[in-house]
Amino acid sequence: MTDAAKTMAGPAPIKGSNSSVMEVWGHKAEAFLLPFGALLAGLAAFSVFLLFVGKSPVEFYSLVYKAGFGTAFSWNNTLSRTAPLLLAALCVAIPARLGLVVIGGEGAIVLGGVAAGAFGMFLPGLPGFMGIVGMFLCGALTGALWIGAVGAMRFKRGVNETISSLLMAYIAIALMNHLVEGPFRDPASLNKPSTAPLGETYRIGNIPGLDVHWGLAIGIIACIAMWVLIERTTWGFAARIVGGNIRAAQVQGLPVGLLMVGFCASAGAFAGIAGMMEVAAVHGTANGSLASGYGYAGILIAFLARHNMIAIIPVGILLAGFEASSGLIQRRMDLPDATILVLQGFVFVAILLSETLTGRFKLFQPHIGDRS
Amino acid sequence: MKKQPAIGVETLHMTMRFGNFTALDDVSINITPGSFHALLGENGAGKSTLVKCMMGFYQPTEGQMMVQGHEVSIPDPKAAHAHGLGMVYQHFTLVPSLTAAENLVIAREDAPHRIDWKKERKALDAFMATMPFNVPLDQPVNRLAAGEKQKLELLKQLYLGRHFLILDEPTSVLTPDEATELLGMVRDLTQSGALTCLMITHKFREVTAFADEVSILRRGKHVGGGKVSDLTTDEMAALMIGDKSFARKADRSGVRGDCVLSVQNAVAPDRSGLKSIQIDDLKVAAGEVVGIAGISGNGQMELLETLTGQRPLQSGTVTVKSEPFHATRSEARNQKVRYVPEEPLHNANAPKMSVLNNLMFRNFDNKADGFGLWLNKRKMASRAADLVDAFNVKMASLESPIASLSGGNVQRATLARELSDEVDLLIISNPCFGLDFSAVADIRARIMAARNSGAAVLLISEDLDEILELSDRVLVMSEGRISYETPIETADIGVIGGHMAGHA
Repeated sequence: MTDAAKTMAGPAPIKGSNSSVMEVWGHKAEAFLLPFGALLAGLAAFSVFLLFVGKSPVEFYSLVYKAGFGTAFSWNNTLSRTAPLLLAALCVAIPARLGLVVIGGEGAIVLGGVAAGAFGMFLPGLPGFMGIVGMFLCGALTGALWIGAVGAMRFKRGVNETISSLLMAYIAIALMNHLVEGPFRDPASLNKPSTAPLGETYRIGNIPGLDVHWGLAIGIIACIAMWVLIERTTWGFAARIVGGNIRAAQVQGLPVGLLMVGFCASAGAFAGIAGMMEVAAVHGTANGSLASGYGYAGILIAFLARHNMIAIIPVGILLAGFEASSGLIQRRMDLPDATILVLQGFVFVAILLSETLTGRFKLFQPHIGDRS
Repeated sequence: MKKQPAIGVETLHMTMRFGNFTALDDVSINITPGSFHALLGENGAGKSTLVKCMMGFYQPTEGQMMVQGHEVSIPDPKAAHAHGLGMVYQHFTLVPSLTAAENLVIAREDAPHRIDWKKERKALDAFMATMPFNVPLDQPVNRLAAGEKQKLELLKQLYLGRHFLILDEPTSVLTPDEATELLGMVRDLTQSGALTCLMITHKFREVTAFADEVSILRRGKHVGGGKVSDLTTDEMAALMIGDKSFARKADRSGVRGDCVLSVQNAVAPDRSGLKSIQIDDLKVAAGEVVGIAGISGNGQMELLETLTGQRPLQSGTVTVKSEPFHATRSEARNQKVRYVPEEPLHNANAPKMSVLNNLMFRNFDNKADGFGLWLNKRKMASRAADLVDAFNVKMASLESPIASLSGGNVQRATLARELSDEVDLLIISNPCFGLDFSAVADIRARIMAARNSGAAVLLISEDLDEILELSDRVLVMSEGRISYETPIETADIGVIGGHMAGHA
């Protein structure tokens, strides 16, 4: 834009007027339609890929629908997979609101699971809910320390958080393998080194009336709680200022370091809880299955949801449905189960491309003509 | 070098529209060969658009370009160069790590893949012998002073065989002496008939002292001009500004109070980490403006960063009202300290967040103001609307991203945030950099109003006119130190300029 165009003063401001409302709705529509369009574009590109390998996209998507959302059984399957995805997506979306791209949630999931498993192994027989509470806190704390360290390194030493979190995820997986094969190994676990199986009171059951464990409820509550914290409290506003412009935040004297480390730690805590849920509700023990890629799927979900905590819920369910269908697709269409990863890759590239289109469509910018 | 005479350029009915906005409206300007022509106008008057059309960066919606009396089409900057048109930008376009000689040779369109330096050097020396001024050819450009860099930019254009030069605010980064020298050289070149020059400027002094002719743009229209000798400064200002009314510059009133800001023996590393800045004694009292003049890069930025808590001190103290001050949010709030860094869009605001949110950065969590843990959106909106009214910020809506506002309105919004409520200390840096005339007057009046109601103001500015207009005391910063101090009553431009240039 030329400076001429910039300086021509528009009309005087009108408080809370139609223009404000239009502006808000313009942004909201853009925030929804751009990622939605990218999702469709990604699915379309994947269809072309399927045609190349001689498979029918129609059959593929109808199978996904059937296996992910078609029946009560498939809904149960999808929702069971949703819980860790929601928490893993939070681990990406929360730092993103402070301008940090943290992609190593997998590490916090894995270590959170191991910490929970170790708690159950070394402190069995606590009364009532104490065991579950203890495991919950162990998982959350471990995840918080892991991702909190990423935030601290970024703030104190300027270490790139994307790289450090990714590399720390590899360290975490190696650490988990060492622990479950060494000090924390249950001698009875022969084929698959694991911690000792959890006692009955340490297991998390299903939500009444559903074949879905309580992790889903925890995930949804966590998303809503974080949305409230980020969008509706002054702490969240301070965090968004940091994300909007860290220099402005510093000039305003905001506690940038505290906010960075604190929100990164909370992000890690959710990932750690995801690991704990996998242990307490799904596997009943901590082992190598913890590193199953939920942390990476969470990256895609957070970006598709544009780091909006509420939007993470439907997007997480959608992606969980895709994952739930991979077994059926493998059997029926004779495609490897990595096919779903290819699909995720297509969608992710489309999402990243769509981010560059933000602000390019006049439709969403009601005032482009009379910018002052 | 071929002895080619200066060329004349004329625009005929040049019009440029962006969408439904007309940036340039039927502008016809004739720049005769060998003249030094000034292009005056506020920011946004269309000066940049006009020269961008002339240089082929934009394609005008309507109108023609004439070079030497022949109609030409300029589809891109290369075509403009082929006709002998060149441009010197406000900011340097030299490669800092290369020497002047290297910069000159690689700028050539026919620069060979393998450069025979012996031959080139000989040709360069021959070229320099024909020039009325010199720059050291073997120094890396980053070791040259700003004035020498700008001379080199000028030399580069001549070396490339351009005989019509557009200078875009060429003196904005120079000391007064350097500016005088540079423009003197340009005038000599035009008078010798080797060059025609069109200079974009805001400074009347440069127009009256150097230019032969002037054209004045306002809101995209050519509103007047002619021989500089026929026009008075007042007439030019009237043409430039039109019938707008300004916030009148506030008169000085009130009495100087107690010392508010005191910096003692402060040492901090500079940007490069190789040198340090050292402020032995800097005091600002209530009800006074202390202006720190200096050429950019002499430690002003680092000083501001130490005061805003972005750069830790190695030693020394900063106190506000005798209390140690570390620029935390609660200290700044309790002591009523406000900062307005330069380029507020990038240093004090979040560009993509709404005007409303940006306006509330300072107070959204202020318990004394009735804000608590929960974000009070309704109260924020009404407060922001009041600020926008009080400071006359123009924008489409409070929900627009602040990046969509003009520079003047971003600065108004920033001042609305920082100057509302009671202010005891205002630290402000280059508040009017790149703003148009009316915004400048408005913003300076706001600063003076803060001073007159008892605030201590520390003004860091590269614009000497601004320092002289606003300050009660003038300090000069050079090489990371405060090298000179004078009350405004005894301030002398020559002396201050000397200290700015570091030779006094």
